Order: sequence, then structure tokens, then C-alpha cells
Amino acid sequence: MAVILTKRFDAIVVGAGGSGMRAALELARANLKVAVLTKVFPTRSHTVAAQGGIAAPLANSTEDNWHWHMYDTVKGADYLGDQDAIEYMCRRAIEVVVELEHMGMPFDRLENGKIYQRPFGGHTQNYGTPKMAMRACAAADRTGHAMLHTLYQQNVRANTQFFVEWMALDLILDPQDGAVVGVTALEMETGEVFVLQAKAILLATGGAGRIFFSSTNAFINTGDGLGMAARARLPLEDMEFYQFHPTGVYGAGVLITEGVRGEGGYLLNKNGERFMERYAPNAKDLASRDVVSRAMTTEIKEGRGCGPEADHVMLKLDHLGPEVINQRLPGIREIAVKFANVDPIREPIPVVPTAHYMMGGIPTNYMGQVVAPEGASKEAIVPGLYAAGECACVSVHGANRLGTNSLLDLVVFGKASGEQVLKDLALQPKPHRSLPKDAGEATRARLARLDSANGGERVVDVLNDLRRTMQAHCGVFRFPDDLTEGVRKIKTIAERALRTFIQDKSRVFNTARVEALELDNLVEVAMATIVSAEARKESRGAQARSDFPERDDRNWMKHTLWYKEGNRLDYKPVHLRPLSVETMEPKARTY
Amino acid sequence: MKLSIYRYDPDKDAKPYLQDYQVALDPSDRMLLDAMVKAKAQDDSLSFRRSCREGVCGSDAMNVNGKNRLACITKIAELPEHVTLRPLPGLPVIRDLIVDMTQFFKQYHSIMPYVINHDPPPERERLQSPEEREQLNGLYECILCACCSTACPSFWWNPDKFVGPAGLLQAYRFLADSRDQATAERLDNLEDPYRLFRCHTIMNCVDACPKNLNPTKAINHIKELLVKRSV
Repeated sequence: MAVILTKRFDAIVVGAGGSGMRAALELARANLKVAVLTKVFPTRSHTVAAQGGIAAPLANSTEDNWHWHMYDTVKGADYLGDQDAIEYMCRRAIEVVVELEHMGMPFDRLENGKIYQRPFGGHTQNYGTPKMAMRACAAADRTGHAMLHTLYQQNVRANTQFFVEWMALDLILDPQDGAVVGVTALEMETGEVFVLQAKAILLATGGAGRIFFSSTNAFINTGDGLGMAARARLPLEDMEFYQFHPTGVYGAGVLITEGVRGEGGYLLNKNGERFMERYAPNAKDLASRDVVSRAMTTEIKEGRGCGPEADHVMLKLDHLGPEVINQRLPGIREIAVKFANVDPIREPIPVVPTAHYMMGGIPTNYMGQVVAPEGASKEAIVPGLYAAGECACVSVHGANRLGTNSLLDLVVFGKASGEQVLKDLALQPKPHRSLPKDAGEATRARLARLDSANGGERVVDVLNDLRRTMQAHCGVFRFPDDLTEGVRKIKTIAERALRTFIQDKSRVFNTARVEALELDNLVEVAMATIVSAEARKESRGAQARSDFPERDDRNWMKHTLWYKEGNRLDYKPVHLRPLSVETMEPKARTY
Repeated sequence: MKLSIYRYDPDKDAKPYLQDYQVALDPSDRMLLDAMVKAKAQDDSLSFRRSCREGVCGSDAMNVNGKNRLACITKIAELPEHVTLRPLPGLPVIRDLIVDMTQFFKQYHSIMPYVINHDPPPERERLQSPEEREQLNGLYECILCACCSTACPSFWWNPDKFVGPAGLLQAYRFLADSRDQATAERLDNLEDPYRLFRCHTIMNCVDACPKNLNPTKAINHIKELLVKRSV
């Protein structure tokens, strides 16, 4: 790898999932010279695995409006979400979902021809009353697949230029002011490394569920954008908040949508008791995910789990009947048969809470611009850098995300960041900034080390230790000793990750090299997660500490910012003021 | 479990060969992909694509004992002890089990894979009855894994001219959509001795589809539409 080649674009989107492709569409339609880099063919991105729906208060089946949606989101976030961003998202929900429909997305339909909507966890009418809102717009239980393919198809139509199986590696910064002026990337098929120059770089690299041993996430969800940001000395926000989805298939981790419970399914312990009635008397099985996951874990811990090891609970849906299951939940039936050996038409599905979604990420405002503390400001714009989707922390999900708000997040903030890039580029001078002299040097050094190392740590060993450590030390319930010990272990693992080696030295489609580079990113994400969790001395949303079981608004109503350098932590205030309505004041959170 | 896997690295191999891996299975290893991940832990140079590991992303299509399948939803329990893995047939091999899918996607792109509707978009959703929506079932679920097209002798023979079962399934997905207004244009695009009519109803595609879709049926529907148009 002697030569690093350079290419130049107006804008580069890193990642071709829901947010990356929605942003790319905005840019391609404006005839910008835009490159979309993606590790996998676009329709293989993990948005494809989303099942239950996308939230929008269309009110097709129940009364609904964006105010109620906003309230549910603020409450679901356990009041850590930024209320300006949440209002922005909820107010644009109808627009972006209707656009998807116009693009051809195959939503299910009601008798009157409108989009079919189902209930989902924490979706209520009239500011948290026990009456559920039907807000989740669904394409059977394949909503993510339908959405991702539709967005790809529209990008085909718009002639978007995709760089398929290109892995972005490092950001290139202008040393003068820290502006982002490019990115390095590996073309996997040839092994060639490029410096790609652009006036705007949008990170849309998705989640990092592979930091946990048991996860609903794909192999590709390795937090690449977060690793790139961390290495560029940018902070990561609220990383302690990792959502455990209540219903991963026991033993396999594959997701079973909350839409099962939206359609009327419910959870049972070994006594056949519908235990959620005790934990959430009103919403029951449709309480927020953090609430349901804690209830399940408590049932298992107190000996009421199912199976010979009493280590899971059952999701019952046979009472819905074959017609509803085959029409509304066909993909779930397929997964249950394949991964749990049960046909849900007759038997319940064994499930356990499973790592699913990262509420934290690269800090941005609601226009998708990356922000970081600088001087007196806690939120100075980082010129040239944008982020959207799961890799970003806007923050609309705060300490816990509501189901179906993730797909909405992707399209609202994908579109918004695309719009913002267009605005920013219109104001910029025509020529590109010149690249720093050492552009690509950091990447070259990382690759040279890997290529020359003939011994050291096997990538797979370091990775498995990292995943096991996070699983054992940073789960649904968090204990002070486990966290302290976990931080120590992850630090050791991070040291080992500096000494990895690969046997495969081929240039052509070297997946061993890709996995080694992914490990670097996973290490940053795991470290940010556990260090932030250890430091936050309260319980809120997905962070549940045995030693601090209550939410502490006086001391902890603030966002965490983690920096790679020295594991430094900083904090910044939550945006409690929405754009146009009154602040939604923190209250005790019950369902 | 014994895996014999097709190996070829153009960087160092003059020609392809089969390499054997003996994999010790744990009870938690359910699917062929689990065994392959174990083989890769022994030998990091073994190259294959994989992502979602639940049969929705379409990355890990390959030829398993002569049949095209997705490794992640192929149960080990349903396979013999000795399994031979080869790349999808008919496409150029980049390395090991990784094939060049350019031609496959080119055909997909050629069928105008997007809804075309010339009316100004209404403020809310276009209406579609449940019966009209039902027409898309069995079509929109395609994951573009290429199991079908690379099982099709007509596609092997004319990958540049014959759209292939995956592309034609999607061509019908848009013809069948009540919101689409480009029926004539779509049929013109397919009325050609090769693009559509190279399908000889061999039905390998139906057998190969890991999502239980039926491209042959969709192709027949397109042929019916062409006949209807000509009379």
C-alpha cells in the first residue's frame, strides 16, 4: 500500500442505511457531486432488519397529534432528550412518512386505503393516558426492509454515486480550526486506500451492537463513525444509555418486534403469569422497553424464568390466530420457526432482553451538524462534519428510545442533514480547502502496523473478550463493582487491540483486515459506554444502577460527553426548551 | 462438522481449490454461518460476506452441497456431516466465496425499480385498498441475494441480456403496484427476445429462493400482460 489516491467531491455520505440514503437523496436531487461510501451493498445495511413500524401521528385509526407523540418521546427518554430536537422530529413525522409512501414504500393498508398503524410501547393518547395511540406505520413486520429498499430504489432513480464495499477509516481535519475536510477509505475489493476530499462529510454509520455478546445487531454494526469521531478527538454523547430490547430470541439474539405485543401478544413467566401487569398496571406489555426489560430480568433473577435453566420468559401470541400472525407478523413466524424451533401459531416464543440500540452517539444539533465544546460554548459547530441516524446523538431518544422512533429518526434527520449540507455549501467559497500535508498518515500507519505484524493478539480473541466483558459488566442492571472492574478490563482489552495481528496479508477483499479495523472502532464505543456508565451515579432510562436506584434530576439532568484522550468526561445541559411549545416538566415515570 | 470450502485468492493462487475445515460445534451453533465463523476463527484468510445473520440482508448467499442458499438460515441439523461450499454459480469470483454481483445488480437497475406516478403528490398518502396492497405480497420481500438468478441456466448463458428471475420478480412488483402508472413503458422495456423471453420455465429459481418467493409465477404474469396488450 505505497500510494494513497485522492478523489474529490462536494459531499460524502458514510453509510447507506436509512439516514445515509435519505440524506444522499436530498444531495443527489440537488445535483451535487456526492459519494456514498458503504461497507456493504446498500440494501444489506442494518435498517433492513427493523420490523415493527415507523412512528407518525397520522391518526388513521385513533386520534393522534404531534404534541402527544412529543410527550411520549420526552417521557420515554426519561426526560434526558433535547426537547427542541424532539419537537422538530415529531412535527416532521407526517411529512417524511407520506413522502416514503409516495416513493412507493409498500405500507399495509386499512379498509379505507390509508396506511395501517398499530399500537407500540409507550405510544399513548392525550399525554400519557392509559389509552394507547395507533401510531406505528407498518409494512407487515418488515418495515425496515420496505423502507430501505424504497430509499435505495429512489437513489437509483436519482443516479446517486455509491462506492459499494468501501470502508471509511479516519476523518481528515484541518489543523487550523478542526474543520473536517476529508475522509480516508479502503476499497475492499482491491485493498487500495483513498483520501476522499469533500466540503461536507456526513456520518451515517449506524449502531455498534457488536460490543455486546448477545445482540440483535448485524455483524457490520461496529460503530465505525463513532470510532472515527473519537480518534478525531471529538466527544461521544450519552454512551451509557444502551437499549436492551425485551424480546430477542433466547439463545440466538435475533429480534422479535415489539409489534407482536402491539398486535396483542404478551409475556409470561414460568407460572404462566402475565407479569407485566404487576410492573406497569396501565400499559402492561406496552410499557417502555427499559421498563419491560427490567421486569423480565427481575422475573428471571427471582426464579420465575422458564426452561431448565429458568433463564428466559415466554412471548405468547397464538391467541392472535393464524390470520393475524400470517398477515401482520409473517417475518416473526419465519424467525421463530428457524431460530427458536417453535411455530408461534401454536406455541410461545422463548425470549430474553437483548442489546439492541445505542441512544448515545456523535453529538449533533437537529440540523445534523456535529457540535462539540469549544471555548465558552458547549455546542460549537464542527465545520464540515454532520451525523445522522443511530451513530448520532441529536438527542431525541435521551435515556431510552421508544419503538418506531428509530426509523423516524433516520428519515427526519437524514433529510434535515441533507438540507443543511445544501445550505452550508451554498454559503461556502467554490474551491475546496487544501488538505493538510499529513492527510491519510494516521490511516497509513494503522494499516502498515497490521500488514507488518507477524505475531500478537488474534482479532477474534480480543473481540470476544470485549463482547463478553460488556455483556457481564454493563447489562440491563448495573452494579458498582461490576462497572469498576469492567472499566479496568476494557482498558486492558484496549491495550491488546493495539497489538492485533492478521495472518491474511492479501490485498484482495481482505475481510481479516476489515475485522481488525472494525475492532478499533468497537473498542472506542465499548470504552465510552462503560466509562460513561460508571460515572453516572443515578438510574435513568436504560441506565439502572443498583447503588443509585432513583433518577436524580438535580445532579444528573445533563448529557455526558466522553473523550478518548485520557477517558475524560464532560457534561452539558439538556435542552429543556422546545421550539414552540411549553417545556414538558420532568415527572415520575410510570406506565 | 467437515466443511470443504472453495478457495481462490487472485493475489496468490494460480487456480481455485477446495480446502477442508474440521469444525467442533457447540450446542449454540445452529446455522451453517455459525460453523463458517468458527472456520474463519481458525483461518482468518477464509473470505465470505455476511451481515444480519437472520436472512433479511441477503449477504451470505452461496452454493451449499449443490444448492444455492443463505448460510445464516441454513440449519446445521438439516445438513449432512460433510458440507461443500462454493460461490454462487455463474458470477465471476472475486475471492473465495465472494462473487462479483455487478451484472446481477445491473439487471435489477434495468427494470426501473421504483414506482412511477406522474400525478402531483397529494398532501397525504396515496390510497391503496388492502386488496391492491395484497398484490405486492410475495414480490416486495425479495432481499436481492441472487440465489435465484445464479441458479438459472438462462441467466448463466446470457447474464448481460436476460434480466433473470430476481430482476423480473421486481419488474412485476412495480407492474402490480396500483400506484404505478408506467405499465406500457415497463412492458416495452421487457418485450425483447432476451430480457423476458429467455425464461424457459425451468423453475430453478422457485426452488432456490430462501424467502419462498416465486419468480416464475411473476414472469408468467408479465407474459400474460404482454399477451393481453397485443390482442
